[in-house]
Amino acid sequence: MKLESRHITVELGGWKIVDDVSLQVAPGELVGLIGPNGAGKSTLMRAMLGLRERAGGEVLLDGRDLFSMTGPERARAVSFLPQDRRVEWRLRARDVVMLGRYPHQSGLGGATAKDHAAVDRALEQVEATYLVDRPVQVLSGGERTRVLLARALAVEAPVMMADEPTTALDPLHQLQVMEILRGLADAGRGVLVVLHDLSLAARFMDRLVLMNMGRAICDGAPVDVLSDERLAEVYRVRALRGEADGRTWLLPWESLPRA
Amino acid sequence: MARTVSYPLLVSGLVVALCAALAGSMMVGPAAAGTFELFNLFARGDGDVAWMIVREIRLPRTILAAMIGFTLGLTGAALQGFLRNPLADPGVVGVSSTSALGAVLAIYTGLSAMFALALPVMAIAGGLVCVVLLQWLAGRGGVLTLVLAGVAISSLAGALTSLALNLSPNPFAAVEIIFWLLGSVTDRSMDHVALAAPFMVFGWALIAWSARSLDALTLGEDSAASLGVNLARVRWMIVLGAAVGVGAATAVAGVIGFVGLVVPHILRPYVGHRPSRLLLASGLGGALLLVAADIFVRLVMVGAELRLGVVTALIGAPFFLSLVLRARAELEA
Repeated sequence: MKLESRHITVELGGWKIVDDVSLQVAPGELVGLIGPNGAGKSTLMRAMLGLRERAGGEVLLDGRDLFSMTGPERARAVSFLPQDRRVEWRLRARDVVMLGRYPHQSGLGGATAKDHAAVDRALEQVEATYLVDRPVQVLSGGERTRVLLARALAVEAPVMMADEPTTALDPLHQLQVMEILRGLADAGRGVLVVLHDLSLAARFMDRLVLMNMGRAICDGAPVDVLSDERLAEVYRVRALRGEADGRTWLLPWESLPRA
Repeated sequence: MARTVSYPLLVSGLVVALCAALAGSMMVGPAAAGTFELFNLFARGDGDVAWMIVREIRLPRTILAAMIGFTLGLTGAALQGFLRNPLADPGVVGVSSTSALGAVLAIYTGLSAMFALALPVMAIAGGLVCVVLLQWLAGRGGVLTLVLAGVAISSLAGALTSLALNLSPNPFAAVEIIFWLLGSVTDRSMDHVALAAPFMVFGWALIAWSARSLDALTLGEDSAASLGVNLARVRWMIVLGAAVGVGAATAVAGVIGFVGLVVPHILRPYVGHRPSRLLLASGLGGALLLVAADIFVRLVMVGAELRLGVVTALIGAPFFLSLVLRARAELEA
């Protein structure tokens, strides 16, 4: 399904913290939403999910208004991995992943064989099957992120959004999470990811949407979006770059003085 | 960690224990009147008298103890799950205090002396006033606003209750108010059951309806909403369910604390910490605890009959202390 947001605006105390942003995610596409701190990336994502009030704009899923759908219907179409990795009670990992089946279940009917199969698939995808019986509280940061990612995968929605899925992870787990998201897109899902890490953005994304001060200022292939001029202007950094495995890599190298 | 019992086993165990307690409660009389006098009555052929005692005196208090215990346990579990705070209990949203205030006003104004059901009716009205106030104060805010509003309402209701005591027209009214506040199901009739039961059952239904959403809330509000949970609706179902149920419980039995706090705590590990499964288990556990405590107050005579609320507090507070000690040990370990 094709996800399209049109002219999204979010206001806070008279300020437009997201200002008229439009973007699209096609099936099979891995799109990165990048920008410096306070650019409005997370706010835009939350507004697109209906978690935050919009001052204007609409979100369409294959042309259909996302907010005209019922809660469960919307949840089955778009899954979300928030930045907040807290789990409040000592739930077992498997019970956490099963929460991803919430929009597929109704009333008092418990988990069906289909739900269990989806949970098993999701756990395998993130290589967390061995964690199922452990309480989430005792897991390491990387294990916990993988379990929560499995929770989002278990929804088996055609579109997925993830808010900074790689923060506070070691390099191995950062790469694993990105590879899983890449695989999801390659399997035909549309994936939108808020990212801070420009190296990962350049390495894995099909397309980048660059935000600054609430506005989307650029939308295109990573090499084009992450040009030297734009990095200097928006991020105030100079980056090193090179070629490997047929892709351009990029490494933020030094900060630049205020212009 | 491996303390999880299978859920059906846990629930059936609690049901069996509750049935035993209910049967016990029907058979055991106040110590002063001869604990097992019932059997003598049957043996002497006074079956009619014996049945009358069971039907008119013990049945209502047993039903009330069970229903109130169930309400307090269920509501405590629901509020802890919803607020994601193990310290939440029905008192948090302020409803115990406003119901108590309603009852105290009924005694203070002498209405309860004129018409016996004035007290429970005014107590339920007090609970409903709390819901209206919560809606007004915290209708659009988050969980924090709700808790703050609950604390504010509690304090105000507590202050007004003290004022009523302070200004009470005669010492007898003051004593009556204090005894009522201590909580008891002694000498309640089937009229009390008929009055409170519909409200409590309505409260249970509202809470049961939102059970699954409580599981989703384990991941925080954003995740829950993205899974299709209607946060505003869940919140009002739980707050209204808690207010109506606990309001009705307080209306017929006075203030009975700690059940809603302690019972979910004890049972949580046995249901794998899942908030939805804790609801039924905690309701049954609360009913079991209160029926057992009510048997206890009949068996132990220390001059006057112990009040149920006093007993639950005497059980609850030390238990709470042990929780603090255990939490400290975990932090230091």
